[in-house]
Amino acid sequence: MSRRMRLWDIAHARAGDKGDTSNVSVWVEDATHYAAVLRQITPERIRAEFPRLVQGPVEIHPVPHLLGLDIVMHRALEGGVNSSLNLDGHGKSWSYLILRLEVEIDEPSKTRCR
Amino acid sequence: MEALRRLQGENRQGSRCRIGCGAGFSSDRLGPAVDLVAEGGLDWLVLECIGERTMAFGHRDRRRDPGAGYNPLLEPRMRTLLPLCRRHGTRLLSNMGVANPRRAAERTVEIARELGLQGLTVAWLEGDDVTGLVGPETPLAEGGTVGERENRLLAANAYLGIEHLLPALTTGADVVLTGRVADPSLFLAPLVLRFGWESHDWERLAGGTLVGHLLECGMQVTGGYFADPGRKEVPDLARCGYPIAEVAADGSAVVTKLERAGGLVSTETVKEQLLYEVQDPAAYITPDVIADFSKVVIEPDGPDRVGVRGAAGRPRPERLKVTLAFDGGYLGEAGVSYAGINALARAELAREILRERLTRIHGLHCPLRFDLIGVDSLHGTAGVAPVRTEDVRLRVACRSPRREEVELVLWETEAMLTCGPAGGGGFRGRIAESVSTASCFVPRDAVHCRVEVLEA
Repeated sequence: MSRRMRLWDIAHARAGDKGDTSNVSVWVEDATHYAAVLRQITPERIRAEFPRLVQGPVEIHPVPHLLGLDIVMHRALEGGVNSSLNLDGHGKSWSYLILRLEVEIDEPSKTRCR
Repeated sequence: MEALRRLQGENRQGSRCRIGCGAGFSSDRLGPAVDLVAEGGLDWLVLECIGERTMAFGHRDRRRDPGAGYNPLLEPRMRTLLPLCRRHGTRLLSNMGVANPRRAAERTVEIARELGLQGLTVAWLEGDDVTGLVGPETPLAEGGTVGERENRLLAANAYLGIEHLLPALTTGADVVLTGRVADPSLFLAPLVLRFGWESHDWERLAGGTLVGHLLECGMQVTGGYFADPGRKEVPDLARCGYPIAEVAADGSAVVTKLERAGGLVSTETVKEQLLYEVQDPAAYITPDVIADFSKVVIEPDGPDRVGVRGAAGRPRPERLKVTLAFDGGYLGEAGVSYAGINALARAELAREILRERLTRIHGLHCPLRFDLIGVDSLHGTAGVAPVRTEDVRLRVACRSPRREEVELVLWETEAMLTCGPAGGGGFRGRIAESVSTASCFVPRDAVHCRVEVLEA
């Protein structure tokens, strides 16, 4: 049995910027979900989800012992904070773009509500 | 001997060095920094106050007025913190010198005298301004050369590291003021001074760099930039405290805050900050070390206390990174709001009218952006499905090297009040000077620094 869940339900995230590169670190809360997240949140998927926004390559660095992944998106800030016309030129809210993505979780969920 | 002991922070109880961060950006809060010095038992208070924009604006201000160019909040910060730091034996280290560390130090000494803090010493460090090392042929990390940029170069600042900071710290001055320094180095330098770490002890330098990285954004590790109601709760965020690190001689540390302060220090807040603005967890590059955060251990150590250890390190880079700031012209933003029945359709009509007037009738060619705030603004480019709402703000943004073009955008947006759709209100418009930035590298040995100490 599997369930579709938003990353927001099972992980937390923070966005940072350097020039025109945005990185969103995602932290999965339950170790049993980590492999599924890593399998489904791929560079190809990120580029496919946001084709207009993410213009450059995407790298994902897993940090397995902390259940983390660092999603690095190049040319994803409309030029960067000093040239973007976006109200959020730093892409501070990009973490919530990522957290809206859905993943299939294989087992009956044991997600804790806090 | 007494003086040396004081210099190394041995006047404190215990074997750990206590460092607090009392500002994580140029305009960060002051009140919680006061609490930190008063109650934190700190050896060092670090105020990190430079961003790419504020660095460039510092140079602009200094060009207009040779006595300006340091952090605009230096005065209230020093007035409040200097007496407290003296009372508690806490040394203060800050990059509030921005583009004019000497003047920042002179002003600090003047303030100390006004406050009757005789004998207070202020060291300032210069040498990060490397405009003289940059020419039209200098290659940019982003590709191309400085000379190929259309806009005027405003500033070139190298990120200095502990090798440049330590001579300022070993003067023993109560206050040390700098310009551009790599943020984590502001925290690492006091640790190197205290524990005598060798300049090639990459593991400990990486440990201290990790501490600096976690603290440099102030409250981002104590509950700021974290809360999500119903999902991630942070208690008493309105009274959030700045962070304290209790650092051991082996480079491991506990991150915490004052017990009575609001906020939260948890493994989650620390994890989020661990990779903040980090593009490769295994290679966090500073002037001091290439730190590897990929195996860092983060574990709870009691309420609002989190232990961190296990950063690895490799030899520091041979070249220093330089941020170049170019004149970026003007950024104009204007908005008008619509609410109630059919608000979205009225806002969309206003957008079409403005687009027609600005691009067709006035023939503007500068980059223009239209957002419907409340519908699809921040995530508009990302293609997230818009929501229906009856409270919408039309936002227009533009960039241009010509101020009159930007003024026209504001004027036309304001005209929506009488010439646009029904019920438009709440016009606001602003024009800001803007900078664009790029990076290059300079050889480490081409950068020459100087330290001077002033006394109140």
